[in-house]
Amino acid sequence: MTILAPLLMGALIVVPTILMSTEGQEFKKIAVVEDGSDLFRNAIPSTDDMEFTYLGNVDIDDLKNNFSEAGYYGILYISPLVINVPNAVQLISRKQPPLTLVSHISNSLEKEIEKQKLLTYSIENLDEILKSVRTKVILQTIRIDDTGEVKQTSTGVAMVMAYIGGFLMYMLVFIFGSQVMRGVIEEKTSRVVEVLVSSVKPVELMMGKIIGIALVGLTQFLIWIVLTIGVVTVLSQTLLNDGKAKEMAELATPQNIISSDVPVQAAMAQPAAAQQAPNLKELIEVLKTLRNQNWGIILFSFIFYFLTGYLLYASVFAAIGSAVDNETETQQFMLPVTIPIILALMVAMGTMQNPESSLAFWFSIIPLTSPIVMMARLPFEVPYWELALSMGLMVITFLAFVWMAAKIYRTGILMYGKKTSYKELLKWLMYKG
Amino acid sequence: MALIEAVEVTKQFANHLALDRVSISVPGQSIFGLLGPNGAGKTTLIRIINQITGPDSGSLFLNGQRLKPSDVTQIGYLPEERGLYKKMKVGEQVVYFARLKGLSSAEAGRRAKNWFGRLEMDSWWDKKVEELSKGMQQKAQFVSTVLHEPKLLIFDEPFSGFDPVNAGIIKNEILHLRERGATVLFSTHNMSSVEELCDDITLIHKARVILQGRVDEIRSKWAANEYVFTYRGDVTITGEAGYRVLDRTRENGKTVFRIETRTPVSENMLVSELLKMGDILSFNPALPSMNDIFIKVVQSRNETVEA
Repeated sequence: MTILAPLLMGALIVVPTILMSTEGQEFKKIAVVEDGSDLFRNAIPSTDDMEFTYLGNVDIDDLKNNFSEAGYYGILYISPLVINVPNAVQLISRKQPPLTLVSHISNSLEKEIEKQKLLTYSIENLDEILKSVRTKVILQTIRIDDTGEVKQTSTGVAMVMAYIGGFLMYMLVFIFGSQVMRGVIEEKTSRVVEVLVSSVKPVELMMGKIIGIALVGLTQFLIWIVLTIGVVTVLSQTLLNDGKAKEMAELATPQNIISSDVPVQAAMAQPAAAQQAPNLKELIEVLKTLRNQNWGIILFSFIFYFLTGYLLYASVFAAIGSAVDNETETQQFMLPVTIPIILALMVAMGTMQNPESSLAFWFSIIPLTSPIVMMARLPFEVPYWELALSMGLMVITFLAFVWMAAKIYRTGILMYGKKTSYKELLKWLMYKG
Repeated sequence: MALIEAVEVTKQFANHLALDRVSISVPGQSIFGLLGPNGAGKTTLIRIINQITGPDSGSLFLNGQRLKPSDVTQIGYLPEERGLYKKMKVGEQVVYFARLKGLSSAEAGRRAKNWFGRLEMDSWWDKKVEELSKGMQQKAQFVSTVLHEPKLLIFDEPFSGFDPVNAGIIKNEILHLRERGATVLFSTHNMSSVEELCDDITLIHKARVILQGRVDEIRSKWAANEYVFTYRGDVTITGEAGYRVLDRTRENGKTVFRIETRTPVSENMLVSELLKMGDILSFNPALPSMNDIFIKVVQSRNETVEA
């Protein structure tokens, strides 16, 4: 699984890309037939995988019968009425034409008709006017902090980061936590546990299990990330190695973009150039936002919340595992554990829409939900005192939980054949020695 | 000197008293039987000695010193509820348990190989536990209990799950361990193994000690005035004054009588009396089995409690 998972994940990312790029591989030749006029001679540009041959005014019925033999994929029949009647264009083919072909044709025709219509107003220098009129807006969000320092941000990027942070935390805590529970149940049902506790203290055994699984889990997680990145890179380079991919890759390197603030000014002077690189400009925004994030805080918080959140939940899971005889019996105790986690995840999603809400504030302070919600809030900048309060409460709570879990665990692991109730758990908490 | 000693140990669980001022003293290099009906408190006492749970009051001493956490390395424990990691290889697992008791990896490996050889388990080393039969697993567990050569060995129901052949092997190993200086404390329901192995016993019933002492002393103390005579040939004796016949069996040209004297008598007198009846092949005072004593003591205690 350790090796297979990244392969699968890589495939998940790469395969759709390959499918999308191979779809247009079949070269299509289209015959363009125009009934009686000569308006659209050069209206539809040919592309890498489609070629438009202008035949002008030919007999459409004849062509219908033998266009395949002549090597055409289909016939595009344009009636001069198209200027006023939207559906006066037909694409005749043997197969269902792909969406890319259809939208390419209609876009080109729409543009051409628009141009033709504008021409009828006989405006001088129309081409230049049109070019300079065409605009695209990218909203730059700029944040000013108390010192007056200006930071450029992108809400979109912050949202993605919040999503990744919150969700990753949820996955790690939940997956590893339930692994701890299964481990405890295994030791209990296989009756290894009594031998073990005659050599080590129950608390040591529990903490050993929790820490061990965290280390195994993190190692596996790291392997997954590295291998997934590796697989994606290798696959995308071998399978998509036409010029475009390389071009894109070169454009996207941070040095290229961050070192040049040129495109912004250049865009003012040369509207046309700016139009060619709208993607590039968006990329700049993303990278600027990423660069302006306080990575030190985010990374530290992630590690902190992962460790404390995991310890908190894993110790609860260990206590549950010790209290039951088999996995099916865990149901009744799982609900109170699952609810805060699910709640936290839901609030975290809401946080991305409105990071300043009081709901987000409280859930990022309350220890059971704070690891997930605070991670989602962090990309939107959180006041330090809130972070400190949240972390402080987290430390206190996780210590309390580990302590309580250890008490339940110590009694639970040696208890067999009795269905445990909450009342019973409370009693175990009170036992001394 | 007592190797392990428990003094006035009391343990109260939520709704029942598990141990009520129980004291035991296990002499060094001996085999000590901890007996009692189910639920008497044996396992609780054993867990307290293993420091798995703590007593509410009372104290424990190992070699005259108060028992401390680091003493777990001096103790080997085979619990009644025992198991191994199913997916782990047998050899690795035995070594792992020994390392938990403080042995180095190399030393544990060397000793484990040695034991596996002795008990003819060599071929199991690389097998997963789940591939072994229950009896084989028990043997592996036995090895993992004794591997770190503890001064005190505690076996809770060691023979349950063993076939007679393997139970015999384990019995011999236990005797052998005592010879090499170990002290063995074991709890069992199997009274014949108590007679075979134990030097001393303690009988716990309803959280209290109700019988304690050396096995042979207890048996002779509990001996009613019963004797077994074997005669050559077909012999008939009638109950004379002073004794009565409890039982008479005839087999292979021998006749076996079990008689009981009304009052304690000199054995010489009894023999000379009975010699008149025929050729005596053997004569034995009939010691009660531990089984009988166990039942009698527990029942009489139940009666007094109920009365």
